[in-house]
Amino acid sequence: MFEYDPVLYSRILTAITLSFHIIFATVGVGAPLMIAIAEWMGIKRNDPHYTLLARRWARGFVVVVAVGVVTGTAIGLQLSLLWPNFMQAAGHTIGLPLFMEVFAFFFEAIFLGIYLYTWDRFKSKMKHFLLVIPVVIGATASAFFITTVNGFMNTPYGFDLVDGVLTNVSPLQAMFNPATPTKVSHVIITCYLTTAFILAAIAAFKLMRGSNHIYHKKALHMTMVTGAVFAIATAAIGDLSGKFLHEYQPEKLAAAEWHFETTSEAPLVLGGVLTEDNEVNYALEIPYALSILAGGTTGEEVIGLNEFPEEELPPLFVHYLFDIMVFIGMYLLLVSVAFVLMNWHNRFNPIKRFNGFSNKMLWAIAAGGPIAMLGTQSGWFFAEIGRQPWIINGVMTVSEAATSSQHVDIMLVLFSILYAILGVTSFIVLRRMFKHYPVEHELVERGIEREGA
Amino acid sequence: MSYELIGITVLWTFLYGYLIVASIDFGAGFFSYYSRITNNKHKVHHMIQRYLSPVWEVTNVFLVFFFVGIVGFFPDTAYYYGSALLIPGSISIILIALRGSYYAFATYGSKDSHLYTFLYGGTGLLIPASLTTVLTVAVGGYVSVEENHVQLLYGELFTSIYSWSVVALAIVSVLFISGSFMTFYAHKAGDQPALDLLRKYALAWSFPTIIACVIAFFGMNQRNPSHFQNMTDLSWLYGLSVVFFLAAVILIWKRKRYGLAFIFVMLQFATAFFAYGAAHLPYLLYPHLTIYDGVTNDAMAISLIIVFIAGLLLLIPSLYLLMRLFLFDTNYVKGHEADKKA
Ligand code: HDD
Ligand code: HEM
Ligand code: HEM
Repeated sequence: MFEYDPVLYSRILTAITLSFHIIFATVGVGAPLMIAIAEWMGIKRNDPHYTLLARRWARGFVVVVAVGVVTGTAIGLQLSLLWPNFMQAAGHTIGLPLFMEVFAFFFEAIFLGIYLYTWDRFKSKMKHFLLVIPVVIGATASAFFITTVNGFMNTPYGFDLVDGVLTNVSPLQAMFNPATPTKVSHVIITCYLTTAFILAAIAAFKLMRGSNHIYHKKALHMTMVTGAVFAIATAAIGDLSGKFLHEYQPEKLAAAEWHFETTSEAPLVLGGVLTEDNEVNYALEIPYALSILAGGTTGEEVIGLNEFPEEELPPLFVHYLFDIMVFIGMYLLLVSVAFVLMNWHNRFNPIKRFNGFSNKMLWAIAAGGPIAMLGTQSGWFFAEIGRQPWIINGVMTVSEAATSSQHVDIMLVLFSILYAILGVTSFIVLRRMFKHYPVEHELVERGIEREGA
Repeated sequence: MSYELIGITVLWTFLYGYLIVASIDFGAGFFSYYSRITNNKHKVHHMIQRYLSPVWEVTNVFLVFFFVGIVGFFPDTAYYYGSALLIPGSISIILIALRGSYYAFATYGSKDSHLYTFLYGGTGLLIPASLTTVLTVAVGGYVSVEENHVQLLYGELFTSIYSWSVVALAIVSVLFISGSFMTFYAHKAGDQPALDLLRKYALAWSFPTIIACVIAFFGMNQRNPSHFQNMTDLSWLYGLSVVFFLAAVILIWKRKRYGLAFIFVMLQFATAFFAYGAAHLPYLLYPHLTIYDGVTNDAMAISLIIVFIAGLLLLIPSLYLLMRLFLFDTNYVKGHEADKKA
């Protein structure tokens, strides 16, 4: 069987913990914004449907946050337990944003507690709405800070390495490293995008299941309009991320695109398989597109894998991860923009006569929820595996960073069980929460609608 | 004060904060479960829920603050403790994860489940027991450090009287701190049956607490005589601690000034905890790591301190708001508002 290798097990355990955390964290970052928008619309349009939307989302959000918090706590401790050498180096260089993140959590946690328990406590609805703003800020700020840490791992900055010792540290430079602008904005906007689609999927699902209530239609419309905005922004920032890679991590871009020789007028490779001697078969090639992604012009020279020593190259299957992410980005863009146009009543709108609430369209939207989450996952797997063999690019390798402890395998088993339990229970709890208390009942109970309306 | 001292003082203070808020939280979970199985649920359950619901997440952040902060201020701790504590650390994480999520499932999942209550009630006592391993290990003698290899000596840890006495101390203090706070809270809520029950809990756990304190205190003599020497140099602080303890117990016994009694409990633990911490200095991990060789570079230290101050300016008003709305708002505490949640 396997030989015990703490590095391998640490990597697997980290990957599992992070991919589990990121499911909840993504929604944790996105949901407050969506809740805030819904509550705002409720006030502005004086429409209790939107207020109830905010209220019901907020109830689901707490459960998600709870799992996000505990798995996040797990990561924070686990990073020290599994990667002691990395955390030692990180503490010296990039400890600042890690520390700042805690304050963002604090801020969010305090106001979330207040927000949840004060729905009917103030006379003015506006007052309660104001309480969600710090939650939005706190959630987004935590994504911001943690992503700068990840940016640092990709483009370490703000210190000198003299004989293996880190000196001359500038915490701010480390935090605002070259990866920060694209990485942070891409991560935050995709959190919003993914959440919008997950909430849209719920509404679409309800409508498909025969409910025809205007409440769900309003929810779908709102999530799709915001989703379209986020999808456009995601594609634009994704393009900038490509340009960032071209400049700072050309090996990652080359691996993502199976780009073996440095050339200009490079084509973008979609799909395909790789033969033994690195020939690309069955791929769809878009001429010049890689040069455009990398530099904005067809003439841009894109560095190929041939320029790097073999042992410093990431595994080439990251190509598929990249393709999946980009494909999903296009899909979400298409679906949300189509839905918005179908519901846009303008004389010159060519597709307004299509039914945005047709079953096919609802299906496409409902599928978008899980697909968006898959996009987030594949994006992260691409970003992390594409950095191999480095944990801090060019400074420390993954195997240097790992613990030498003898028991990582047992921990891997224990944590896998834990996440399975948490995953299943949160699914059951969330489902029961909304199934046993459908919106139709709540509308009546709160006196927004009469029975049978 | 040097950066090292500022750093460790800030961290120790937050750890103290965690000790108090987490004890209240853990103990409350346990009491909630205990009263359930002894058919006293109707008396305390709702009141405990009312206190816990808005604050449990804040409690958790205290812990996160500590372990993120210590890696920031003293990066070498990540190396030593991270390498040594894989198993106890992971066990704590799993317990914390189960507790936090099952608390949320039980509270927001709108189903009153016996299993969920058991999970968060039971884990509440195991978490402090497992977290204290860190403090025990720091005393020295439980890890071996050889060339590039840090290892925890499990045999030593599990057979040491000292380490078990610390575990016992952790568990009984959780129940005592929590009991005395909940007594105060019940008093504020004007809930006489809950008050009677919780007051009984608080008193029942008071003497075990002080006995465990004394055992752990003298246990140190065997474990680490130089640390013990430092502790006896600070014995006036420990004496003060005992005085606060007695004052708190007398007040609760005589059914007087529950708020003041709880403040005495906090002071009892503050004096003992800071005396213990001060006696530990300069070691972070005896005898391998001191705050002086483990500290981060100056630039990082300064920026962490600045962020800390800025962070406090943000947090203190927010915490004040939270307490005003939920802890000191008589309407809320009495439960008039509670049905209107979410
Ligand atoms: C729903 C999620 C989602 C969607 C639709 C997209 N991305 Fe993405 N992408 C992410 C979610 C994501 C991510 C999970 O947020 C990543 C992982 C690491 C990071 O910085 O963001 C990421 C990373 C990432 C990177 C690597 C950055 C790095 O490693 O530093 C590039 C070049 C792109 N993306 C480009 C794109 C392009 C051109 C898209 C076309 C529409 C796209 N992404 C859609
Ligand atoms: C934002 C901050 C993040 C930090 C600080 C971080 C840190 C790390 C570390 C220390 C490792 C182990 C070393 C390595 O194998 O490269 C790692 C690996 C990994 N992380 Fe991240 N990570 C972050 C975000 C994420 C997210 C959100 C995901 C989610 C899906 C993710 C997925 C992975 C995977 C799949 C690996 C394993 C890579 C491999 O085995 O080749 N990471 N990350
Ligand atoms: C881009 C990737 C990540 C995002 C977007 C993210 C976001 C979040 C969010 C939204 C929460 C819930 C916080 C709250 O509501 O209080 C959370 C919790 C947490 N995250 Fe992550 N996280 C990411 C990766 C990481 C990594 C790599 C670490 C490890 C350093 C980490 C550490 C934590 C911790 C310690 C918590 C618990 C905080 C608390 O107790 O309130 N996160 N994260």
